[in-house]
Amino acid sequence: MGNDGELFGQIIAATAEVIEGHKDYLTKLDQTIGDGDHGINMSRGFSALLEKKDELSALNFDEACKKAGMALVMTVGGASGPLFGSALMAFGKTRSIMPRSSADLAAMLQDGIDAIKSRGKSDVGAKTMLDVLVPVANLLRDYLNIGVADVRQATDAALEATKAIEATKGRAAFLGKRSIGHIDPGAQTVSLLINSVADVLEKKQ
Amino acid sequence: MTDTVSIVIVSHSKLVAEGTREMVRQMVGDEVKVIACGGDPAGGLGTNVGDILKALIEAYTPKGIAICVDLGGAETNSEMAIEMMGQAQQKNIVICDAAIVEGAIMAATEASSGASLEEVKQAAEDYHS
Repeated sequence: MGNDGELFGQIIAATAEVIEGHKDYLTKLDQTIGDGDHGINMSRGFSALLEKKDELSALNFDEACKKAGMALVMTVGGASGPLFGSALMAFGKTRSIMPRSSADLAAMLQDGIDAIKSRGKSDVGAKTMLDVLVPVANLLRDYLNIGVADVRQATDAALEATKAIEATKGRAAFLGKRSIGHIDPGAQTVSLLINSVADVLEKKQ
Repeated sequence: MTDTVSIVIVSHSKLVAEGTREMVRQMVGDEVKVIACGGDPAGGLGTNVGDILKALIEAYTPKGIAICVDLGGAETNSEMAIEMMGQAQQKNIVICDAAIVEGAIMAATEASSGASLEEVKQAAEDYHS
């Protein structure tokens, strides 16, 4: 995918590094309100992507997303594999090149969000990764001239806000009200991924 | 083996899946095909799409497959694996909303009588201890 390929490769390298670096932290969050395998699972998935980095970067965006998504589905395990994998596959469903504007990016995120909602039979407010993804996608959709710093700020605020939510989806739902006060591990992962992509974009500027 | 609905058991634990299959075997017998599937891609606790897909391919019969799952990820991964089967096969595969051990035994019992996929699913879901 030409220049896109280089950026795609940089994003894979950066996200894989940040997931690996936060493996234990993510697992700790998941031990508190889940089943304690989130960090290990995500790290296994992103290691698989890193191994395929060059192969993926040479493909068109749609094929790269499909292949990368399938790799996550097959390697992550748990519910996260199909959720993150389906989102990635959906990113490339209707576009053969990477997004060129924040409106494009919002539309791409929306495709991923729709995939996660249908795969996870969930929506915002259930203390999941959707509680970070949806506000960020809406920000990109609704405002002009959104910068990387605005996205970071919205991401961090949305992540912090997951603490106050009572989980009604996933393993954390077993805890009911006891899930309040804790950050959702899936939302934390999404926030790490967004910030990591932001790092890559800032370095490019 | 007469044609019966097959059962696929998907647990986070390979031991739970295999133990459930063993209970089904002892209580229902061998006429129903039962495949046990459990563990994450690295062999730890968890579920994974690749193994579930293999189990579905092995278990497949036009009569159908009833999948019995334990916790959330088992269901999500099973749904994903179903979508990776052929279009024509997908409609013959269902996930039972039932406790994994009891559901598998009830489903297999019903299946052994030659019941339809719908009846097998219903039997698993109707059971309450």
